[in-house]
Amino acid sequence: MSTQTLPPKTEAPVIVREYVDRVRGGDLGALPAVLGLVVLTVVFSAFQPIFFSPGNFANLLTQGAVYVVIAMGLIFVLLLGEIDLSAGFTSGVCAAVLAITLTNMGWPWYASVVAAMITGAVIGLVLGTLVAKIGIPSFVVTLAAFIAFQGVVLLLLKQGTNISVRDPTIVAIANRNLPPWLGWLMAAVTVAGYAAVQLAQARNRARRGLPTTPPLLLAARVGGLALVVGLVVYVLNLDRGRAVVLQGVPIVVPVILVLFLIWTFVLRRTAFGRHIYAVGGNAEAARRAGISVDRIKIACFVICSFMASIGGIIAASRANSVDPNTGGSNVLLFAVGAAVIGGTSLFGGKGRALDAILGGAVVAMIENGMGLLGYGAGQKLVVTGLVLLLAASVDALSRKRAAATGHR
Amino acid sequence: MSSQAPVLELRGIDKSFGPVQVLHNVAFSAYAGEVTALVGDNGAGKSTLVKCIGGIHPYDSGEYYFEGNRVQVNSPRDAAALGVEIVYQDLALCDNLDIVQNMFLGRERKSGLVLDEATMEEMAAKTLAGLSVRTVKSLRQHVSSLSGGQRQTVAIAKAVLWNSKVVILDEPTAALGVAQTAQVLELVRQLADKGLAVVLISHNMNDVFAVSDRIAALYLGRMAAQVKASEVTHSQVVELITSGRSGELGLKNGAAT
Repeated sequence: MSTQTLPPKTEAPVIVREYVDRVRGGDLGALPAVLGLVVLTVVFSAFQPIFFSPGNFANLLTQGAVYVVIAMGLIFVLLLGEIDLSAGFTSGVCAAVLAITLTNMGWPWYASVVAAMITGAVIGLVLGTLVAKIGIPSFVVTLAAFIAFQGVVLLLLKQGTNISVRDPTIVAIANRNLPPWLGWLMAAVTVAGYAAVQLAQARNRARRGLPTTPPLLLAARVGGLALVVGLVVYVLNLDRGRAVVLQGVPIVVPVILVLFLIWTFVLRRTAFGRHIYAVGGNAEAARRAGISVDRIKIACFVICSFMASIGGIIAASRANSVDPNTGGSNVLLFAVGAAVIGGTSLFGGKGRALDAILGGAVVAMIENGMGLLGYGAGQKLVVTGLVLLLAASVDALSRKRAAATGHR
Repeated sequence: MSSQAPVLELRGIDKSFGPVQVLHNVAFSAYAGEVTALVGDNGAGKSTLVKCIGGIHPYDSGEYYFEGNRVQVNSPRDAAALGVEIVYQDLALCDNLDIVQNMFLGRERKSGLVLDEATMEEMAAKTLAGLSVRTVKSLRQHVSSLSGGQRQTVAIAKAVLWNSKVVILDEPTAALGVAQTAQVLELVRQLADKGLAVVLISHNMNDVFAVSDRIAALYLGRMAAQVKASEVTHSQVVELITSGRSGELGLKNGAAT
């Protein structure tokens, strides 16, 4: 079954036409999020030039990091068609565990981080078991956890005192930058690694006579990635300090990059990831194929809460402290919004780790841009709520469209 | 009946769900290289019998022989290990996965930790080519974009991918149009010609007579008759289905114990 490769001349139009067909058929992919990013950038820059400064760009990344990380975990639960409403306060509980062990008990930073992560994983194990084994709808389980964890944070923090986090390593995560040369090295390794993986894959497929991605598309992908990564690192390496030199890629960026690579690998290259999609697409089919649906569900809740714990650590680092509001108020809404805006379906079976980054950027831009324009928390929440609603409508409508045209 | 021994043979299968006995002393055989049609009215016990064969429902008593050896089949895994694959009416495909991913679902090829996509795609392509399937555009298209006949094809290809010896098809043409039905029936015939034992469950007499070598008729949980398709007429089979007997054939009064 070797497919005739098309002559190079017609390649580009064919790729474009296939993409347009896909989009019109309801498979929007990253399009809404990318469009949103462009529109928001233009609008906010027009009204408030500071928005478009390197300083604000770096600010935006650290601001959005918590949402991105929690959203990346939520995607696993959303892929199953489930929801975790407690992820925000799970991150709060884990941040509280971090602060207490670190500041009050004097543990070394790595021990505290591990304690916070284990707390997250255990929470996920409990939630997942309740959903998968007992069969309580995830909405109810995690709503209960949402309320209970709010109380747990209060109890852990002794009725709302604020515990400061002063450990230099933890504080550095969200507040310090890589030296410029390391930023460039990271960018080079990322692009080279991506190109190498794509090339190796294409070569392997070509050797076996399987249809391959057209070289032009490959080149465009690698080139596009190099452009984006190069631009980001360049801007972040500009001096954005007022009195002292302040430059470099914030440390959260490589943290997110590593998490993104790990989860993308898990979802796309392992049998476990494949089974998550299968359970989300058709749980009965997965069961008949011999997949342990319960185990997949529990694992996804564990991953979600584990990622929430990392989000909590980043939040604690950014605020230099943990208080009863850490992970509270709008964190969960923003994280779910990030995942859905990025293109993850609320109906299950569709989503990528990349969605969290794209959607998280949109959410962070709204919060940051509206803040710069002088709007208060009220307006910000209303707008974010509306954007989430818009993203969910796009999801529902494109699903309908996809069902009608046979795409998905 | 035939010179060759059946691949799959059931003797005296009883199955009850609580107080309701669904299968009474059922005997059933499937032969390599032949299509055996399993017919019967609604509630005759076809699906239950198939689920007993596939290990989804354990049978209460009776004997299960595979290639002449007595075996125990207590789970779908046991059945799959023997080489018995069932293609269910509702297909059990994941819409959000592509053809290759569906065909290997739950039995992915891996090299180390990583999925071996290239090998899986190669094997899937070979299997589909072996079944002379040329209607799919790309093996990497999502199942949601396939027509009913193409989905049925993928489901059948999934079943034969594993060097299975017995393939059971539950109403494969029920939801299909005329052209697609013909396509699927041709595929069913091909499976048998490749040496597999095929069991075809169907309501449609035309389909049954078009491809079957043998016909087994269930009537109210009893095996009314298992005959060669060439030795019976259309109306005889209908009689077997509706009343359990037809002249010399079928259940005798009181013989159903």
